[in-house]
Amino acid sequence: MNARRSRRFQPLLFGAPAMVGLALFVVLPFLMALVLTFTDQQLISPEPGVFVGLRNYERLLSIRALVQAPERNDVAGTPSFARVRSLTRHEPAYLGYRPLGELRFGEHRVTLLAKDPAFLTALGNTFLFALMVVPLQCTMALGLALLVNAGVKGQTIFRAIYFSPVVMSMVIVSVVWAFLFDKDLGLLNQALGTLSFGLVKPVDWLGNPATAMPAIVIMSAWQGAGFQMLILLAGLQGISQELYDAARIDGASMWQRFWYITLPGMRQTIIFVLIVTTIAALGLFTQVDVMTGGGPRGSTATVMFEAVRHGVREENIAYGATISVVYFLLITAFILLHQILLRRSAKVIS
Amino acid sequence: MRPSQHSSLPLRLALYALMVLLAVVFMFPFLFMLVSSLKSNDAIFADVSSWRALLPVGPLTGANYANAFLRGNIGHYLANSVLITVVSVGLGLVVNSLAAFALARLEWRGKQVALTLLVILLVVPFEAISVPLMLLVAKLPGIGFGGDGVHVVRSWLDTLYVQVLPFVANAFSIYLFHQFFRDIPKDFDDAAYVDGATPLQVYIHIIVPSSRPVFATVTILQALTMWNQYLWPLIAVPGEGARPLMVGMQQFFAARQTAWGEVMAYATLSTVPVLIAFVVFQRWFVRSVIGSGVKG
Repeated sequence: MNARRSRRFQPLLFGAPAMVGLALFVVLPFLMALVLTFTDQQLISPEPGVFVGLRNYERLLSIRALVQAPERNDVAGTPSFARVRSLTRHEPAYLGYRPLGELRFGEHRVTLLAKDPAFLTALGNTFLFALMVVPLQCTMALGLALLVNAGVKGQTIFRAIYFSPVVMSMVIVSVVWAFLFDKDLGLLNQALGTLSFGLVKPVDWLGNPATAMPAIVIMSAWQGAGFQMLILLAGLQGISQELYDAARIDGASMWQRFWYITLPGMRQTIIFVLIVTTIAALGLFTQVDVMTGGGPRGSTATVMFEAVRHGVREENIAYGATISVVYFLLITAFILLHQILLRRSAKVIS
Repeated sequence: MRPSQHSSLPLRLALYALMVLLAVVFMFPFLFMLVSSLKSNDAIFADVSSWRALLPVGPLTGANYANAFLRGNIGHYLANSVLITVVSVGLGLVVNSLAAFALARLEWRGKQVALTLLVILLVVPFEAISVPLMLLVAKLPGIGFGGDGVHVVRSWLDTLYVQVLPFVANAFSIYLFHQFFRDIPKDFDDAAYVDGATPLQVYIHIIVPSSRPVFATVTILQALTMWNQYLWPLIAVPGEGARPLMVGMQQFFAARQTAWGEVMAYATLSTVPVLIAFVVFQRWFVRSVIGSGVKG
C-alpha cells in the first residue's frame, strides 16, 4: 500500500520544482500582464492600480487623419495651413493627439495624428527591420549552407568560422560594430573610401536616421546568419543524393538541380527558418539599446524598446505590459502562420 | 548539391577563394577587437586606415586590460556572471531533466494535460513577460547578504538570485530532455523495476548515463543564454553589486566611449571564455543548434 502510494506521488515530486518555477516565473507574469493592461499600475506606488478599462490600448493604437484645406491669405497665393498644434490643444476631438506624419493630396494636407506616435513609429520600425533583415540573413545563410556543403576540404573549419559570431554576445557585437560604423574612424568608411578612391564620402551610419536601421540590419545579419546556416545545412543533408545523381544523368544544370531538387526538398526547413528569423527580428532590442538608444530621432526605436522605456525606465508598468501583450499577439500570429504554411506544404507533398 | 565532387579545378579554386573571403568577413570584427585591445588609443586611430588595424603590430600594451579591471570593474562582473551561469545551468539540468523524466518515463494522471501546457509555454517569449516579471520580483520578499549579515529584504531586485531562479525551470529544456528520454528503450526500466528499483534509481542509473548528448545540448544552450543575458539584468538589477558582465559592458561603453582600447579589452575578456568553449566543444555546439532548430 505504502509502495503504491509513493509510486503515484513520485512523478509529481519529480516534476514539482519545474512546475513551481514555470508557474511562478512564466504563467503568473503572463497572467499579470493581461490584468495589468486594464489598470494604471505604476512600479513605485503605494496604492494598487485602478481599473481603467481599455484606456491603455486606446492610447497605444488611436490614430486619425486630419485633412486641411490651404488658406491663402497673402498676395503671392502660397498655400499655408493652420498649425496642427493649435488644433490638438483646443479642439476637443483632437485632444491628446500628436502628429505622426503628413501627406499631400493635391492642395490638401493630411496629417496623421496618434495618441502615441512614438509607439506606432516603433511598430513601423520593427516591421521595417524584419522586412530587411529576414531576406538578407536567410539568403546569406542559404548561400553559406550551400558553400559549406559543397564538399570542399576543411568545411568543418569554415562552418565553425561562419557560425562563431552566433556564440558572441549581442552586446559585445554591438559595441565592436559601433566602432566599425564610426563616421571618422570606422573601418567601414575607411574601406569604402579606399575602394572607391575617395569617391564615397564618409557616412555617419548610426547618426543619420536614414542609415541607422540599415546599419543595425547589416550587423544583425552578420551575427545571426550562422545559426540559420546550420539549420539549413541539416535540411540540405536530408535530401537524397540519388535525386541529384539522377538529375545529372538527365543532363540537368547546376541551377536546375538547385531550383527543382534543393529548394522543394528544403521547403519545410526554409519555412521554419523564415518564421524563426522573423520572430527573433520582431524582438529587436539589444542592438538598439547599445548602439543608438532608439535614435537618431526615433528612427531605430522598436516595440520591445518602447516596452522597456515605458515599463521600466518611466516606471509605467501597466503601459509597458500593454506593449508586451501587443508584442505577444504579434508573435502568436506568426506562429499560427507557420502552422498554416506547414499544413499547406504537407498537402502539396501528399 | 555537391558540385566539387565532379567539377573542375578552377571551379574548386573559386569556391575556396570565396569561402576564405567570407571567413575573413566573419572573423574581422573579432580580430579587430582582439588587436585593438592591445594598442593604445593613438595607435588604434593611426592604424584604422590600413591593414595594420587587423594585425598586432607597433607598440603593444597591456594597459587596456589593467584599466578594464581598475576602471571597468570587470573582475567583479565576471565573477557575478560565472556564478549566475554555473548555478542556473547546474540547477536547470537537475530540475528540468527530472520533470522530463516524469513526463517521458512514468505513468500518471494528468500527464497529457501537463505536456500540452508545456508546448503552450514554449511559445511565450521571455521579452513578452519581462515587464510584469519585474513587478513580481519587486514585490517578492527575499534574503539579503549585506555587510550586516543575512537579513530579509523587501524585494528581489538587485540580487544575484533574481538572475538565476526565473531561468532554472525552462520549458524548452524540458522539451529537449523529453524528446530524448522518450526514445530510450523501455526494457532497461522494466528490468530494473522488476528488481525492485525505485524511479529515482532508474533516473540516476539508467536514464542519466545514456543521455549525455542531450545534457550537453541543454548545458550549451542554457550557458550561452545566461552568459549573454542583457535585457533581464538591465530591468531587474539597476545597482552595481549584482551587475553581470554584459550590462557592465554597456555601462563601460557608455561612460568611456572614447577609450576604445579599454572597451575592446573589456569586450575581449567577456568573449574569450565563450570562444574557447566553442573551439573545444565545437561538435557539441553544432549538434545543439541543430537539435534546437528541428523542433518545428
